Amino acid sequence: MSNGDLALEVVRRALAKIRGAGADAGDVMLIETDALEARVRREEVDFVSQARERTLGIRALVSGDAGFRTAITSTSDLSLEAVDRMAAETVALARATAEDPDAGLPDDGFAEDSPDLALCDDADRGVSVEARIEDARRAEAAAWSTDPRIENSEGSVVSSEFSRIAYGNTAGFLGHYESAHHSLFSEPIARQNGSMQRDTWMTVARRLSDLEDPAAVGRRAAERAIRRLGARRIPTCEAPVIFDPMTARSLVGHLATCLNGYAVYRETSFLGGRLGEAVASDRVSIIDDGRRSGGLGSRPFDGEGLPTRRNLIVESGRLRSYLLDSYSARKLGMRSTGNAARGAGSAPSVAPTNLWLEPGESSLDEIIAATDRGLLVTELIGMGFNPVTGDYSRGAVGLWIEGGEIQHPVEEITIAGHFGEMLAAIDAIGSDLMWLGRIASPSLRIATMTIAGE
Amino acid sequence: MSSEDRDALRFLHDRFGLDDRSLTRALDTTLERQVDYADLFFEYTTQDSVTLEEGLVKSGDRHVSQGVGVRAQVGERQGYAHSDQVTVESLQLAASTARAISQASGTPRAVAVRAGAPAHDLYPVSCAPTDVPVDRKVALLGEIDRLARRLDPRVKQVMASVVSEHRTVLMAGSDGTLVGDIRPLVRLNVQVIASDRAGTRREIGYQGSGGRFDLDRLFEPDTWEFVVREAVRLATLNLEAEPCPAGTMNVVLGPGWPGILLHEAIGHGLEGDFNRKQTSAFSGRLGERVAADGVTVIDDGTLKARRGSLNVDDEGTATQRTVLIENGILCGYLQDRINARLMGMSPTGNGRRESYAHLPMPRMTNTFMLAGEEEPEDILRSVKNGIYAASFGGGQVDITSGKFVFSANEAYRIEDGRLGAPLRGATLIGNGPDVLTRVTRIGNDLALDRGVGTCGKDGQSVPVGVGLPTIRIDDLTVGGTQG
Repeated sequence: MSNGDLALEVVRRALAKIRGAGADAGDVMLIETDALEARVRREEVDFVSQARERTLGIRALVSGDAGFRTAITSTSDLSLEAVDRMAAETVALARATAEDPDAGLPDDGFAEDSPDLALCDDADRGVSVEARIEDARRAEAAAWSTDPRIENSEGSVVSSEFSRIAYGNTAGFLGHYESAHHSLFSEPIARQNGSMQRDTWMTVARRLSDLEDPAAVGRRAAERAIRRLGARRIPTCEAPVIFDPMTARSLVGHLATCLNGYAVYRETSFLGGRLGEAVASDRVSIIDDGRRSGGLGSRPFDGEGLPTRRNLIVESGRLRSYLLDSYSARKLGMRSTGNAARGAGSAPSVAPTNLWLEPGESSLDEIIAATDRGLLVTELIGMGFNPVTGDYSRGAVGLWIEGGEIQHPVEEITIAGHFGEMLAAIDAIGSDLMWLGRIASPSLRIATMTIAGE
Repeated sequence: MSSEDRDALRFLHDRFGLDDRSLTRALDTTLERQVDYADLFFEYTTQDSVTLEEGLVKSGDRHVSQGVGVRAQVGERQGYAHSDQVTVESLQLAASTARAISQASGTPRAVAVRAGAPAHDLYPVSCAPTDVPVDRKVALLGEIDRLARRLDPRVKQVMASVVSEHRTVLMAGSDGTLVGDIRPLVRLNVQVIASDRAGTRREIGYQGSGGRFDLDRLFEPDTWEFVVREAVRLATLNLEAEPCPAGTMNVVLGPGWPGILLHEAIGHGLEGDFNRKQTSAFSGRLGERVAADGVTVIDDGTLKARRGSLNVDDEGTATQRTVLIENGILCGYLQDRINARLMGMSPTGNGRRESYAHLPMPRMTNTFMLAGEEEPEDILRSVKNGIYAASFGGGQVDITSGKFVFSANEAYRIEDGRLGAPLRGATLIGNGPDVLTRVTRIGNDLALDRGVGTCGKDGQSVPVGVGLPTIRIDDLTVGGTQG
């Protein structure tokens, strides 16, 4: 039997166990991961870490008059006795919870195809720790040689992870897939006149060959740190704010939080109940596509066994869809959008797959040149976003623009506004869509925000 | 040997079939190459939670995680391997992986581990919180939901959870250390959504309570009713809140949870790893003034039953009370073993990790400022125009530039020395190395937080505590929308 078949056998056996223990329905997820990670600082290896993990998650549903009672358990002990015991415990725990008319597996529509989404390159499986450490060394060397003011670093970190996910439920779905995740992250530190600035750059891909050249990553991180030297505060003002792709993607992430079906039915999103309405500038279109080839959020089926798909979320500023799994969809009287996320030890929840804001025509340089006076934001810190109210206020680092040209770096300021008004005020979108994770955005400009400084 | 150690050793034997000879063999394998230090970390953790929303406890969950981490250190290098299979074979394999950071072969060394007693017994419990019957947790959540809705008709949603954890750890080191710890951790969370009468505005209020104590304490009405009242009060208060002003102003921080300021602005910058690498804005500044006269900041892992406390850290070092800033002068760093060794300092019992799957790092435990002498009302009265921040959501710091930010979820305008309108969306930003130099008044009302803090660093989360008396800070940047 192949490893995949073995995984499916574990899932099948656990499903039989929960039925045997008295569950009326349920599902099982097995996640197996091989991971390596290493950090190089200057020329020295700082740490090397290797691991192999397996986690089995069980959800048991026990039916009652008004709906299912639910419990979820997980363990890394896959011995027959442990799985037996866990199945019985899960059912007992479920009996202690309330009946929920909306709980349960999806009614139908499980994935039947198994598309090749380029989630893993078998040639990468033999990758050695030494080879990845060499990538980190090259990034580190490039960062340090970019400029004499690079005098220190937090290091360059490489990681490679291979996962197998097997999922099955009592409605008859059984499937598995393999995926890989490789990354390189570099964080050099520049020093000038006794003050220090750090910055980062990274590359992330499903295949090693799709990673950006390590030297380019190190250089770019160093350039970003260097350009922060001499940063200062600016007076409190209202001004246009440009987000580069690194920071713009956080705005798309906030939008995903607000469009999460759970936030919508719990009424904890200021965008709830707005389907069909204009929620952003008409320049804005946002897509979620779980089947993008090689996408960092791609998968053939979601955390409930439903096929992933392409969802148009925002079309020319109008809200077309929330992100839903079958539970939140039932609560809202809708259908799942194939966005169920599932860890081994957690109930299904909603997460974007590959979610992006469609790129526009201009380069970032052109957007800057067309900005008479404003701020380019290159890093954001803090947790100042409230999805219930839409209030937004975060710490920012960036570059001040006058007359369409970058003047000087800026720090210790905040940018604030109402997220709904910010989305409506997007008046320029770059052509530079960049994938550094499951959520991506090109550069964009918001016509005006409040900047708090001196 | 304390009963705790015997329990941890017996546990290791009963759970994994390992004895001190298998530990010794694994350490010997790691030490076949030339390494400075090697250790093993065993863990068996049970966590459970029950969650209520829409008046229903819709689901319960329970998770068991177990595993072992093997580490070798050579100079500044660390090799680490971890596995969720705890067997003699997986131990040997992990040991071989971990030692691969060392090229040189060493002289064979035999390690004799000997059990030592943990220095403290800070959180004895009569019953593991994960053994408390789930029905009791379910019943409490039902009462919470009813009370919240009864308190105010504007309450629209109540989400509440009871989270329990029982963690058994055992550390064995090549210096002969062998020490175990059993760590209970409980937490109650209540989140309320309130809506104004027109239904046009919604606000959220959150309060929690927890620590390393018997779950029964959360069942006491004084505890859970307070948490519910606070969550409802915050949600309804914020319905009246006005947009926050933007600009530089004088700020008064209330007692307790606003101590997150110390955690972000100071604490992270004093962690040994950043200072050994000289990447912190505080690097090389021991003995220098970094705060106003009268400001003393402590990290103390030995407070009884607190969420941030530990009997021993995750490297087996006894936790302690460490003075970080004394009367304004920087006088200490937070250390784990490797950074202490490389800096020629002593470990401070701050080597912590999220689980066996993570390398330990210097981390805070309970971090707080000692009380001063002023009455809190006098401090408020001293500010003509400014902001009073009573509670915070979360914060973040850039260690290298020193810039930190945190977001208030309960804040008020101060007008002529009195509390004015509540404010929404207030964010404070400042510079760690100088923010405490602008502390102009310190209250006599030191309070610790309610046991809900979690700190993230390098992707690892650990429970922590913070504390603060009422303080006044001059000229802090407040990031609101009203320019």
